[in-house]
Formats: sequence, structure tokens, C-alpha cells
Amino acid sequence: MNETQANTLVVTLVTIINLLLAFLVSGIVIWVLGEDPWFALKTMLYGAFGYDEGLGYTLYYTTNFIFTGLAFAVGFHCGLFNIGAEGQAYIGGLGVGLVCLWLESWPLWLVFPLAILASIVLGGLWGAIPGYLKAKRGSHEVVTTIMFNFIASVVMVNLLSHVLKPPQEMSPESREFSEGVWVPQMHEIFEWFGIEITQTPLNGTFFFALICLFLVWRFIWYTRWGYELRTVGTNETASVYAGISVSKNIIIAMVIGGGLAGFVGINEIMGSSHRLMLNFQAGIGFTGIAVSLIGRNHPLGILLAALLFGILYQGGAELSFEVQAIDRHMVVLIQGLVILFAGALENLFRPQIEQFVKRLAT
Amino acid sequence: MWNDFLLILDATLRISVPFVFAAMGGIFAERSGVIDFGLEGKMLGGAFVAATVAYWTQSAWWGLLGAIGIGIIFSMIHGYASISKRGNQVVSCVAINIFAMGLTVVLANAWFGMGGKTPQLSKEARFMSIELPYAEEFRNIPIFGDIYYEIISGHSILVYIAFLMVPITAWVIFKSSFGLRLRATGENPLAVDTTGISVNKTRYQALLLNGILGGMSGAYLSTAHLAFFVKDMSAGKGYIALAAMIVGKWRPYPAMFACLLFSFLFAIKDKPEVFDLLKGIVPVKLLNSFLDMSPYILTVIFLAGFVGRAVAPKAIGQPFSKEK
Amino acid sequence: MSALAIELTGINKNFGNVCANKDVSLKVESGTIHGIIGENGAGKSTLMSILYGFYQADSGTISVQDKSMQIQNAHDAIDAGIGMVHQHFMLVDTFTVLENVVLGTETGYSLKKSLEASALELQRLEKEYHLEVGIDSVINTLPVGLQQRVEILKALYRGADILILDEPTGVLTPQEADHLFRVLSELREQGKTVILITHKLREIMAITDNVSVMRQGEMVAHLKTAETNQEELAELMVGRKVLLQVDKAPAKPGKPVLTVEHLDFTDDSGVHRVKDVSFNVRSGEIVGIAGVSGNGQSELLAAITGIQPLQKGQLKINSETIRPDMRADAADMRRFGMAHVPEDRQRMGLVTSFSAQENSILGYHNDPAYNGLFEMDRDAILSTCQHGMEHYDVRPNNLNLRASLFSGGNQQKLVVARELERDPELLVIGQPTRGVDIGAIEFIHRQIIAMRDAGKAVLLVSVELDEILSLSDRILVMFAGQIMGEVQASSANERDIGLLMAGISKEAT
Repeated sequence: MNETQANTLVVTLVTIINLLLAFLVSGIVIWVLGEDPWFALKTMLYGAFGYDEGLGYTLYYTTNFIFTGLAFAVGFHCGLFNIGAEGQAYIGGLGVGLVCLWLESWPLWLVFPLAILASIVLGGLWGAIPGYLKAKRGSHEVVTTIMFNFIASVVMVNLLSHVLKPPQEMSPESREFSEGVWVPQMHEIFEWFGIEITQTPLNGTFFFALICLFLVWRFIWYTRWGYELRTVGTNETASVYAGISVSKNIIIAMVIGGGLAGFVGINEIMGSSHRLMLNFQAGIGFTGIAVSLIGRNHPLGILLAALLFGILYQGGAELSFEVQAIDRHMVVLIQGLVILFAGALENLFRPQIEQFVKRLAT
Repeated sequence: MWNDFLLILDATLRISVPFVFAAMGGIFAERSGVIDFGLEGKMLGGAFVAATVAYWTQSAWWGLLGAIGIGIIFSMIHGYASISKRGNQVVSCVAINIFAMGLTVVLANAWFGMGGKTPQLSKEARFMSIELPYAEEFRNIPIFGDIYYEIISGHSILVYIAFLMVPITAWVIFKSSFGLRLRATGENPLAVDTTGISVNKTRYQALLLNGILGGMSGAYLSTAHLAFFVKDMSAGKGYIALAAMIVGKWRPYPAMFACLLFSFLFAIKDKPEVFDLLKGIVPVKLLNSFLDMSPYILTVIFLAGFVGRAVAPKAIGQPFSKEK
Repeated sequence: MSALAIELTGINKNFGNVCANKDVSLKVESGTIHGIIGENGAGKSTLMSILYGFYQADSGTISVQDKSMQIQNAHDAIDAGIGMVHQHFMLVDTFTVLENVVLGTETGYSLKKSLEASALELQRLEKEYHLEVGIDSVINTLPVGLQQRVEILKALYRGADILILDEPTGVLTPQEADHLFRVLSELREQGKTVILITHKLREIMAITDNVSVMRQGEMVAHLKTAETNQEELAELMVGRKVLLQVDKAPAKPGKPVLTVEHLDFTDDSGVHRVKDVSFNVRSGEIVGIAGVSGNGQSELLAAITGIQPLQKGQLKINSETIRPDMRADAADMRRFGMAHVPEDRQRMGLVTSFSAQENSILGYHNDPAYNGLFEMDRDAILSTCQHGMEHYDVRPNNLNLRASLFSGGNQQKLVVARELERDPELLVIGQPTRGVDIGAIEFIHRQIIAMRDAGKAVLLVSVELDEILSLSDRILVMFAGQIMGEVQASSANERDIGLLMAGISKEAT
């Protein structure tokens, strides 16, 4: 076993053990609530995989978490703690929605790239402002991005209830987009190949998410822009020495992160609800933090972690349906624990695991 | 007009209490070199536990004690992760905030089944306003009487405790032996270690105080300001308190004034008079959003240092380690 | 033989796989000044940190004043009468002298009483030992020399009988160092024991009674200072004969490559760090900038290399003129033909968590040679790194190893390789051998001289006067942000340079 392999093994074991710890504590919470953790686990797994509708939902949620997980990861590689994916997804989604409303008579192959562009512009802008303030004024991005989440929420409530809502409607949402600009749903795509699956919100955006994973991976580790970003993220002084602009890279990372978060809008707005509505992004942004941290900020890890949280979301919904005492927010609690164990308490058992791997290697 | 003004100031004081508690708590943690972005979580956890315990025991004081308990638990988790295990302090804080967000709702629903809310508290189970002596008698004295009656008197006990915490914090930080160690730990932990004081112990002590104050800020929300806990009731107040602390340059009195300023914005945004006043300047359609956003925008502006730049304790966020 | 103040036997200390102290024994006689000499990384500081309770030894025993004891932390050391002046001062910058001294000795809840009680005692100590600083001065307003006095006062205030000083003269001018040595002699006369850690042979000879030599974690000799000489000590330190002189041919300077005109720099906190500095560096010569650390050399370097934007004055590199309004950064400077080996390789010269090959293009990563349309050309990077590591004998020769896992000397070679391999017209090099073993020092010195002999211009900044004297052709001395004077290396002597370093110009004397 060479050094790289040993390292990979350590990292994998550390991640798995931290994850198990988070689940253990969650299990205890369920047990304290007087429910059976085993039953809960079984119900969740059945809900997530047991039937193809469940699987469709699971992958639909996974799509969202890939975007917000990547949004966090890109910032993280630049040394930023972007916890504003929530607001960036909200505003990016606004861009997607506006494009769909304005250009609904255009063909999808034109609207789709424009929606991506709108999401990058608006979501990116929502990331760029905290990025700019961090780069030029030193304001900590954790506080500013949180504030921008709140600001986004106020903006959207007012836009939806005063501007975008059709006058005769009651609920604060836009009208439905014309069918021409909907992203094809997965069961439609499968139909093209003659395969029949149950209709779920899962749609073509899933493939776009996979493409994003690939592109981010190449960008971060194989391009000079990624090189600069990582340099800024690990050592600002060395960046200045190398002639790399710290502020430029911070802003770029926040714009890319905001844009990626905004893609949640494509999955949710263009692919599923087909209208702009309140809180479509609720909780997805925060989940991205846990996804990225447990995935060690690497696209492959993010894919697996996003799937895991897709399972937790879908399975959790099933669980709260079956067991009244367990609320859907159980997932949020688990997220907190995952961030704690995989992020802050990363070193909890690391020395022991390193010892173990070392012994294994010799 | 004078009366409106008094009422706004009165509301400002009420609203400022959780900010003041949390900001003082933040000062203890950050002066010792431990980042505390987790005020939000402690506030939320404190609010939930206070409301729940107060409901069960029918006593606001037990509720307060419970809130302090959860505040300490959260700050000790943060301490364990960031002091003992030398983990990333920001990550630890965000974990606590999100954990609190989930835990409070899960428990509230499991125990009360009211969609993330706890039952309304009776008068006995919450902190009611108390009339200070001579409030009625002084009322006839011009200006002072009004101020005494409207602003100073008639708050719950927690309001007075909060403002008492400011001079106490200032004394502890700047005038006590513990404060000297605390500040030194935040500036140069190695230097502290070489004088034979334990850096980690000092930081844990600071976090203990931080947890107590964080929990109290939450208790105020659910057992004094309102009479129940509701999902996400802290709504970013912990972060705003943090911003107030930074704007106050980690000093108790300036931080308190920053808290009052934020609270003032919260206090005026719901006043119809203010709405009328601004109507001419800002388009009506935008006015509501503008007022709703104002505390958050102000927080961002303050943090951006447009109101003077802040210099943080030098060793903030760095776990203490002897190995290089 | 008089009583022993300290006796260490069989001390072992490992950090992971690195053995810092191996079976080290040491006897220090009471009332003497005992020198411990060794190269960087020989284990001197680790040994003293064990004695002061900062680290725990893996095995071995400690006895102080003939009493065997366990020293778990600084508190135990202080109780045992040991005081330490660290290489990097252990002071809280924003506190006053008094507050720093009181820290850790306060009694009662209220600070006021402790401060009042200590003020008198501290003033008495200041007078008695000629260590006046002013007890109410805030540390960050004091020059380093005075900060060091505060450290000594701190130890004395705590009743130290044994005082350990770790590389105390690194931050002092030769004259200040003399004053320090007088203070140390006085302490000895009063019966105190002093342990002086240094890598400078001259200091050992000048002041110590006994000397112990360390090499690669082991104690290799205990000698009476009067019975040894510099050559013997140097050989013991390195384990072979060393040439204390660097051989080099006379310089053949050509046209100016770097011209600095009226450069001025003020830092973020408003301190005027560099004041109207002008000089030039010609091709084929090495210009050394001497000075005590913190007199504006770092800021001058930063301004010349584009780390800090130019504020006032201008630079000429070859035919290129650089003015403040151009906002030239480090990348621009590289484009104009400047290579820069920074003072602090770990903070600046390397990204320590990156692999050797990623570090081998830091600052040159935008070079078309390494880039395709979108992605970087990994093979090109690999061959650059391979070539550099072989040419500069970087060990281990592993391109994928993280930079943090190389030794100090090899890290420095990685940086030097990267900067020199591209054959720059101008080399700016800061503290080239800080924290580097003797083998690497000799190697790096040879590379610098080879650069000069190839007709390149070299600007060398170092706080090691020996290094400046042995490498430079011309020497500029900086004090308080100004160039105090220029000296030809051939006619330079340490005393003159020392006076300039202390801010006393020739005209005044």
C-alpha cells in the first residue's frame, strides 16, 4: 500500500465512522422520542428505494443537493464558508422563472441555456456581493451570506405576492409556465427509449447535475483557474507572492457557487413545479454544507453524499408519514450532526484510524 | 410625537434584550480566542427549552434555568470540538446552528404536535413586566417622569438583568484578573501558556459564560417577549448580535449601543407612522420589503466596516497547539 | 566542581517519526553562563522547551538544584526557579509591560490590587539590573530590543534563578547584544545561572563559561569555553570540517538591472516603514541589505517584488519603469525578469499542502508552456519539477510528496529551484538560509554566487550579518526604514556595520 492509497483509506474510514456517529446520535434522539430506531431506519430505506416512485423522489432530491453541495465546495476550496446557497438558489431560481415566463413561446433548447445563464447571473450576483464584501472589506462571509438569505426571502415574498402573482389568484406564486419550456421528466425521457417508469418529479436536470459534477472536478484540479482558487484557499500570502489576486478569486468562487446553487431553480422550477413559488429552496442550501463536508468537498464524494441525503429526505418524508412523532425536520437535525462529526470533529478518531491503517500497511 | 417616540424607545429596549445577552456572550467567547457564530443556535435552543420547561413546571425561572442548561451544553460541544479536538470553529458553529434548527422542531412536534410551536404559556410561566417603585408618582414630573414610566419601568426582570450584564461584562473583561487572562488568551495563547496558565481551561471558562448568556437570550424570546416557542423564532438574531459585537469592537458598551441601534430598526419598521413618513421617499410597493430587510442590510453594511473597521482578537479561530 | 543548577540525564523526545532529542544529558553548574550551540534543528530549542515544561520528554530525568523533579508545564518550571526568554517573544502586544509581567501571577478577583502591588517591585528590578523599559508602555510601541528586556524582567519578577535565553541576539544589533551580555554577566555575578542557546560561535566564545554542542538531536561534546576555539566547535556542530569563508572571485559589475528611486512605504496601521530609499543593483554583483530584523527590510522587499503595491517612488527593472499608478503585482514583476525567493518559505514561498510538482509552478502557472486551452499540461509541469528537483538535489525525490513533508533545507531548495531554473535577470532573495542545515546553506550560497558569476543581478536581504558579509559585493545597511550607509564588502568590518545597524551614521561619529 503506498502513501496515497493509505491516505485514501484513512479518509474513507474517517468519513464512514463520522457518518455512523451522526446516525448513532440521531438514533438515540428517535429512541428518546419513544420510537424504534431500527423500524425508523427500515422505513426510511424502504421509502427511498423500496419502490420506483420512492427512488425517483430520492434522485430528484439528490439533484438539488448536488448543486448546493458543489456550491459550497467551490467556495470551500477558495477558503470560503459559503452558507448562503439557500438565498443564492432562491434568487437564481427567480432568474430561471423569469426566463421561463418571458420566453415561454421559445423552444426549450434555447430557453434551457438561457435559464442556466439567468441562474448564473442572478444566483452569481447573490454570491458576488458577499464575495465582494469579503474580498474588499473583510466582512465574514458566514454572517453576510446568512443575511443575504434573509434578504432574498423578503425580496421573493414581496415579488411573488405583489408583482408575479396573477391578480385573480390567492396564493403568492406566479402563473404556470407553458409546457414548451418544461424540462422533460424522467418518465418521458425513458419513454423515448420505450421504457416505462412511474412519474415522479425527477427530470432531465439530473443529467445536467452530473455534467456539473464533472465540470467542477476538472475545473478545480485541472485548470489554472482552479489552481489559483485552491492556492488562495490554502495560503493567501503565497497567492499574493505568486501574483494571484485574492479578491478576484474570492469573488469568482462566490459567483460560481451562487450560479451552481441557482441551478436548484432549474430542477425545482423548470423541472417540477413549473411555476415560481415561495420557499422552493427551503433547506436545500443548508443541506449542501453537510453534503460537501461529508463528501470531502470532492465531486465524487458530493455525488455519494447527495445521494445519501436524497435518501434521508425521501425516506424521512416516508418516515414522518408513517410515524407521527418523527417530524421531517429530523433530516435537519441529522445534517447538523453530520456537519459536526464530519466537519468540526473530523479529528475525533483520526489518530486511531491512522494507527490502524499504518499497522495494516506493514 | 413625543409619546410615539417614547413608545418606540420602549419597544427598542424590549427588542434589544436577546441581542444584548447574546452579544455579551459572544464577547466572552471571542475575547478568549474562540469564534462564536453559534449564538443563533444557543438562542434558538434556549428559546425552545425555556418555553417547554416553563410549560411543564409552570415556572418561568425553571424555564430560564433549562435555557441556560442547553446554552451551556451547546457551548461545551463547541468547546470540545474547537478547543480539545482543534476542529474548525466556524464549521462547529454552523453545525450547532443547524442542529438546533432541527432538534427544536423535532422535539416540539413530538411533544406537542402543534407544527413546531409550543403551547401558550400562562402568566405564571412567563416573565411578566414589573412596575418599578414610584412609577405612577413620578409620572407627573415632566420628561423624567415620562422616561421613567414609559421606558425604564414596566419591563420583565430579564430586561434589567440584560442591561446589568453590560457593566458586569465590562468589569470582568477589563478589571478582573480573569479578564486579563481571558484577553491574553485571545491575543497570544502561547504567551499565556508560558506563564503557567492553562489556555484551554481559560477558554472553557469563557465558553461557560458564553453558554449561560446565549441560553438567557433565548429564554427571553419565548418566555418574556412572547409566550411560546415557534419554529425558527431566532430568525437570524444570533447573527445580528454577532455583528453588533463586531461593530462594538468586542467591547461591552459599544456593542450594547450597536444592539440598541439594530433594535431601533426592528422597533420602527412596524410603525404605521414610519411607513407614512417614508412613503414620499420610497415607492410604496418597495417600502414594505425595504423595511423588512433593513436590519439585515444594516448588519451587512456594519460588517463591511463602513462604520469604522474592527480589529479582532489576534488569535481568534486558532486552536491552541504546542506542536508546530 | 560547584553545585549543579540543572542536571538532565537520558532525555529522549520524538515528534512522530522525527527524533528531536536522543539520549541527551547535560550538567549546568550553578552561577555560570552555559552555552548550548548547534545548527538549526539540532534539538537545542526542544531540549530547553522540555526543561521549561512546554513539551514532555518521552523518557529521561530532570533535576534542578540537586532535586529530581517532574516538569509538566510552565508553572512547574517557574516554581522550580526557571525562567525562559523565548526566541519569539511571549508577550501580549496590546498589553502594557506591567500587565504582561503580572499575567499569571495575579491574586484575587480584582486586577487593580495585583497591578499596584507589582508596580513597585517591577520598578526596583528595572533599576537593579539596568533593564529600564517603563512599566506602562504598551508592548507594540516598544522596539524589539526593549521587548526582550520585558521578557527578562518577567523571568526575574517570577524569582528565576536559572535563566534560559533562546537565540537572544537574533533581533539585536551588535551593540545591543553587547549590552545584553553585560546584563547576563551581572546576573552571573549575583549568583544566577544563565543558559544561552545560540548558533553563533562568536557569542559562545565571548561570554560563556562552559559550552555543550548538539548535533542532530544528540549531545556531542561538553567543553570549557576557555579550552576550545571556534574551529573546533564548528567542526563538532557539523560533524566535519567546514569552511567558514565562502570562496568567490571578484565581482565584475555591469549595467544596473534594478534601480530603486525614492521608494516610500507606509503600512496599513499607518507606520512609515520605508523612507525614501534609493539604490541600484548591477548585473554581475550581489548587493546585500543588512539590518536588525524589523527595520523595514521586509517591507522594502514586499514593495520591490510586487507583494505590496508600490506607493511612492519608482522602480526600474532592465528597461521597464514601474510607477505606483501601474499597480504592478508579483506576476508583473516576474514578467519583467525578476525572480523572488521570499523570506518565509512556509508562509509565502510554498503552499505546504500542495505537492512538490504543484509548488514547482507557483507564480509561473499562467505560463503558456504549462497550459492548454482549458486544462493545464500535466506532463510539462512534471518534467519541470523533475528537472528542478534533480538539479538542486531535493530529497526525497518524490514529485507527489506534499511540500510540508520535506525538511526545511529541502523546502528551501524547492523554492530556489523554481526561481532560479528560469534563468532570471534579477534575483531578489530574502533570508536565504533561515532554518536551513549547513549542507543546504553551502549549496544555496554556491547557487547565489553562480548566478552572479553568470552576470545576473542579485539583491540579498538577510539579518545574518555573517551571511551578508560573506556573500555581498556591496552592503547597504537599513535602520528605521532608511538606508544608513553603503559599505564595500572588501573594506567592511563588523563594528562599522553594527553602528549603522543601530542608526549611527559615519558622519555622526
